[in-house]
Amino acid sequence: MAQNYYQKEIETMPVEEMKKLQSEKLVKQVKHVYENVPYYRNLMDEKGVKPEDIKGIEDLHKLPFLTKADLRDAYPYGLLAKPLEDCVRIQSTSGTTGRRVVAFYTQNDINLWEDCCARAITAAGGTNKDVCQVAYGYGLFTGGPGLNGGSHKVGCLTLPMSSGNTERQIQFMMDLNASIICCTPSYAAYIGETLKEQGYKPEDIPLKAGIFGAEPWTEEMRRNIEATLGIKAYDIYGLTETSGPGVAFECSEQTGMHVNEDHFYAEIIDPDTGEVLPEGSKGELVFTSLDKEAFPLLRYRTRDICVLSRKKCSCGRTLIKMAKPMGRTDDMLIIRGVNVFPSQIETVLLKEGYEPNYQIVVDRKKNTDTFDINVEMTPEQFTDKVSEILSMEKSLANAMKTMLGINPAVHLVAPKSIARSEGKAIRVIDKRKLI
Amino acid sequence: MAIKQLTVFVENKQGSLVSITDTLSKHEVNIRALSIAETQDFGMLRLIVNDTATAEKVLSEEGYLIKINEVVGIKIGDAPGKLSAALNVLDEKKINIDYLYAFMSRTEKHAYVVVRVEDNAAAEKAIEDAGLHTITEADICKL
Repeated sequence: MAQNYYQKEIETMPVEEMKKLQSEKLVKQVKHVYENVPYYRNLMDEKGVKPEDIKGIEDLHKLPFLTKADLRDAYPYGLLAKPLEDCVRIQSTSGTTGRRVVAFYTQNDINLWEDCCARAITAAGGTNKDVCQVAYGYGLFTGGPGLNGGSHKVGCLTLPMSSGNTERQIQFMMDLNASIICCTPSYAAYIGETLKEQGYKPEDIPLKAGIFGAEPWTEEMRRNIEATLGIKAYDIYGLTETSGPGVAFECSEQTGMHVNEDHFYAEIIDPDTGEVLPEGSKGELVFTSLDKEAFPLLRYRTRDICVLSRKKCSCGRTLIKMAKPMGRTDDMLIIRGVNVFPSQIETVLLKEGYEPNYQIVVDRKKNTDTFDINVEMTPEQFTDKVSEILSMEKSLANAMKTMLGINPAVHLVAPKSIARSEGKAIRVIDKRKLI
Repeated sequence: MAIKQLTVFVENKQGSLVSITDTLSKHEVNIRALSIAETQDFGMLRLIVNDTATAEKVLSEEGYLIKINEVVGIKIGDAPGKLSAALNVLDEKKINIDYLYAFMSRTEKHAYVVVRVEDNAAAEKAIEDAGLHTITEADICKL
């Protein structure tokens, strides 16, 4: 298969040259952050690191880490490195205790992000002859806007479908000959099942490739999606804190995702000691934005457990590859592509007058994540009217939706009915078989 | 005089109901009337018993979620049209019924209907004014 690159010079750059480029960018970036972000300047001062101590990428390990807690503490403007007049966009994701993560973008930041997505679409075979159906959510969620921008850059005819309304997705796909689809893997599987039920065979479906991310998925799921839709399925990785999807993307070899390391430098660390681990080790993935202007996070701990590899890739790209994340170092769940922290659920319960005795049950049925929250009622909350209990469940579900961005099914249950092991309630039951 | 009703939250799993009735039988509580409302996830067992205090105590000790509230018991004749007559009285007074259930008496030839309304006193007055009779706790014990 002939290889297409969106930015060949970068994507196939010899490793030594890439290191030089990264070093130049890092030195500038550290200076920019130190001068413009008092929050990070304090962290550096506390560690006794000055911008002039960072002479190249080999000095990166001297810098302090940033975590989700820092984003919360610095909310909303504390990590902003540019005046708001220079910013043109906000994207957002849910945070750990109810405070959202808001990320700011200058026009240059949007450009580099869209470049990253364009590289992903090109690696999946996309050209200006393609019709690209973007079925990720649009709005504050980065999925839709990121791939939409990338699709424009490649010159694809872009269908900004957003997520949901499967009938309409299928109608546009079939009538307008969509050749590439971008969405969560579970939604791709769902669309595939729906097409199958409607009697479409893989050869009737105009799609040739799909770019799927924002949630964990297995090789088995990949093969199923590829078979039902008659496509090649490519993985994509990203997080709002760094920009969005496109931080890393898969090529035709399908053996891990190339990190766009001219923009995002990846490290693997020991999550307990913070020590940088050598290539090939399993540990926590850390990203440094090398040239983002408005929201340049240095050494941001993703909490994703991962492995990096520089093994030569048959696609010709020299960009380092990351494996599919193998888990988390915190208790974050990804449900229907949305980040959910048990602490958010606790926050809602307390606010709504419930005891924080709950259990989250996540499963995957018909390729869609199910999300149930069992909540123990207190005797005072119990009533003899079924309608009142149902309306309590509904209003609690609405409050959860406001906090989390996705709709759970809330079930009120009897006190002490949630299973406890050694006195400690089991908060999360994840029945999805992943990785 | 309203009568006491005991509502028990019943989880939707095997054996939930029988363990409630077992607990009551062990403590010699006699059930006069009952109804079950069920949803997809749970059920509500509503009981009129001869000894509400004991029932409440023993079920609470077993960890059941319980609510005691007052409902109106209406004595109606055991003949076609009697229930309608009673409900018409409430309807005329615009008294909204949340739920109801009925039971028969073993000794007298009478049927009884238990109604859950917002304002017990208003419902009782309407019933009595119409020449019908409500029942009391004492009546329940005698049944």
